[in-house]
Amino acid sequence: MSAGDLTGPGAGAAALDPWVQRLAPTLHRLGVSKGAETRGGISLIGLSLAWLVFAVMLFSNKGVGFGTIIYALFGLGLALWMLRVLTDGRRFVIALPMIWLLLFFLAPFLVVFKVSVAEQLIAQPPYSPLFTWAEGKLQITAHLENYQFLLEDRFYIDAYWTSIKIAAISTFLCLLVAYPMAYAIARSSPAWRNTLLMLVILPFWTSFLLRVYAWIGILSNNGVINNFLMWLGVIDQPIVMMQTNFAVYVGIVYSYLPLMILPLYTTLEKLDGTLLEASADLGAGPIRSFLSITLPLSLPGILAGCLLVFIPAVGEYVIPALLGPSDTLMIGRVLWDEFFTGRAWPIASAVAIAMLLFLVAPIMLFRNAQGQTEEGR
Amino acid sequence: MSLAQKPKVPGAAARAPWTDPDAKPFIRIRNVTKKFGDFVAVNDVSLDIYRSELFCLLGGSGSGKSTLLRMLAGFEQPTSGAIEIEGQDMAGAPPYDRPVNMMFQSYALFPHMTVAENVAYGLKQDGVARAERDERVAEMLRMVKLEPYGKRKPHQLSGGQRQRVALARALAKRPKLLLLDEPLGALDKKLREETQFELVGIQEKLGTTFMVVTHDQEEAMTLATRIGVMNQGQITQVGEPREIYEYPRSRFVANFIGDVNMFEGRILVDGVDHAVIASEEAGAQIRIGYAVPGREGDPIAVAVRPEKITMGRQPPAEAENVLSGVVEDISYLGGVSHYRIKLASGKRVRITQTNRDRHEDPITWEESVFLSWETPSGVALSS
Repeated sequence: MSAGDLTGPGAGAAALDPWVQRLAPTLHRLGVSKGAETRGGISLIGLSLAWLVFAVMLFSNKGVGFGTIIYALFGLGLALWMLRVLTDGRRFVIALPMIWLLLFFLAPFLVVFKVSVAEQLIAQPPYSPLFTWAEGKLQITAHLENYQFLLEDRFYIDAYWTSIKIAAISTFLCLLVAYPMAYAIARSSPAWRNTLLMLVILPFWTSFLLRVYAWIGILSNNGVINNFLMWLGVIDQPIVMMQTNFAVYVGIVYSYLPLMILPLYTTLEKLDGTLLEASADLGAGPIRSFLSITLPLSLPGILAGCLLVFIPAVGEYVIPALLGPSDTLMIGRVLWDEFFTGRAWPIASAVAIAMLLFLVAPIMLFRNAQGQTEEGR
Repeated sequence: MSLAQKPKVPGAAARAPWTDPDAKPFIRIRNVTKKFGDFVAVNDVSLDIYRSELFCLLGGSGSGKSTLLRMLAGFEQPTSGAIEIEGQDMAGAPPYDRPVNMMFQSYALFPHMTVAENVAYGLKQDGVARAERDERVAEMLRMVKLEPYGKRKPHQLSGGQRQRVALARALAKRPKLLLLDEPLGALDKKLREETQFELVGIQEKLGTTFMVVTHDQEEAMTLATRIGVMNQGQITQVGEPREIYEYPRSRFVANFIGDVNMFEGRILVDGVDHAVIASEEAGAQIRIGYAVPGREGDPIAVAVRPEKITMGRQPPAEAENVLSGVVEDISYLGGVSHYRIKLASGKRVRITQTNRDRHEDPITWEESVFLSWETPSGVALSS
């Protein structure tokens, strides 16, 4: 890319150079840039930036803000970049998934971010604009007090903590249940394997909400379990399971189990059986072999499964709302209340962004570390 | 030809344990059969192996050699029969409870451990103290010339280096018996030849009993003190490499090991110390230097190695073991030349001649020639 490429629509990209370098390993893994193609990466980031701003323009309150001019400028930039990218076959291939990601992940994220730095207003929409244009001055007004508020109010910290605790415990329980299942499926005959996998995936074909509702029928005082135990005479009084944390764990483990089983299954299925034979041959019994060979080699699957369960479980709203105690403060619930009951869009957005950063940062770091060890291979 | 059988002490071969009726076998395989469903992988095999032997199980794919090896390692249990190691019955003993280690064909190195950790793995399972373990690992790595590579992961090594790590790992526990499944199969030709010598050197130094499974007859000939030829789940012949080559006992063994010319015929005379066989294929009578099993008139085959046949333009003085034919094809390979002679019966005979002399007038295409061999070179095969 010549210097000319850095001017005009992609001007912002020049300032992003250190960023590009920091992001390079991540982009590399995403297939965005390869080695010497950092230039491609820069242009793509330029494109991303332009597109993001364009998207924000599209999604924001139409025509009201003075920022529209700025949005339009970047939109023009986007159009030019698109032209460049689409005329280059190789970049085009990369650009398609990128555009998908931008459209359905980054754009909504930016809208939420924009709202999170706004001030709550009693208006339509209920928050202040980011860009204002008055008397020849362009002003960017970012209110950071929402984030400050999050840190000051115990309420939010408690909610975060509860969410993370419940998600972590559920993830661990999920792993305990899923590992033997995945192991058994991976070890079964190929004819059985497909059937078993099918059974794992099958619940996904019915509505998630219905399946969680079904658990009420199983767990409630007048539910299947209690009726059965009372019929057996094991108990006289029903065991209270509904509206307890136990029910929340059951619901989360049940709902997210396939997400844990599938990545575990793929790593366990790939495991070379002769490694276990070699381990046995060298004197390790079945348990030792499992701990020193199977478990470490299935670690990528364990991590993938845990991430897949933990992340959605943190933000889970439906399961605690239906099965959990009414005083469970999970972040999903808080978000709902702020957004729909309190109509406090900025604070709700700040809650969401903080959560996202809190979850994404360790994952990015982890991915980077993992990527580096993989490159060593 | 064979490295391992070469006696270190003159006359040692004469005292080889398998020729000594009083020697106690180290490993006894008695009437072992292994069935997978209806398929009989190993069929009633009995075999004695002696201490410090380098025994090769030689056979094609599906001959049951690997199954036999896996039964020794304990990965498979015999359907019937018994395996004894040093007088101890191994029935029901799991792999981790046997004084046996195995080097896998795929090497089966643990990818998440370094070379040193791989080698130390077996010792760790035995609870060997750390200091001793480190020492033993260093010793093993020195033996296979991989000292500087202890901290590497298996994927950072070449194929030949991985093979040596696998060997070091299998030997680290000083097993009584080392099983090697196609140990050189994954190496290229040049490396394989070098490694053969190294392997024999290590075996002689440690005195461990080795049992090698291979499909490569040259490898078996080079490595083994004795070879067991396997076919369809059975051991067809056991013997020193020379014995197997010179005196094959069946058509299968004769064909499997080296090139051979086979003449089908019938017993004409069965004497006390010789036999005469009439072969229409050969268009001549063939004399064998020993009494053959069977009665006169029974079908029998005679095997003659290509390099044992001499060829000339003039008929030789002897009357027996003389064939005549026409040179059909010659391939000059530098050190040796291969000739294909077509006999009157249509049978083709292969001959190998070393190109020692520079003939002024070498035998060439379409020439009529006489072929002959000395009586001891012919081997009669009834099975």
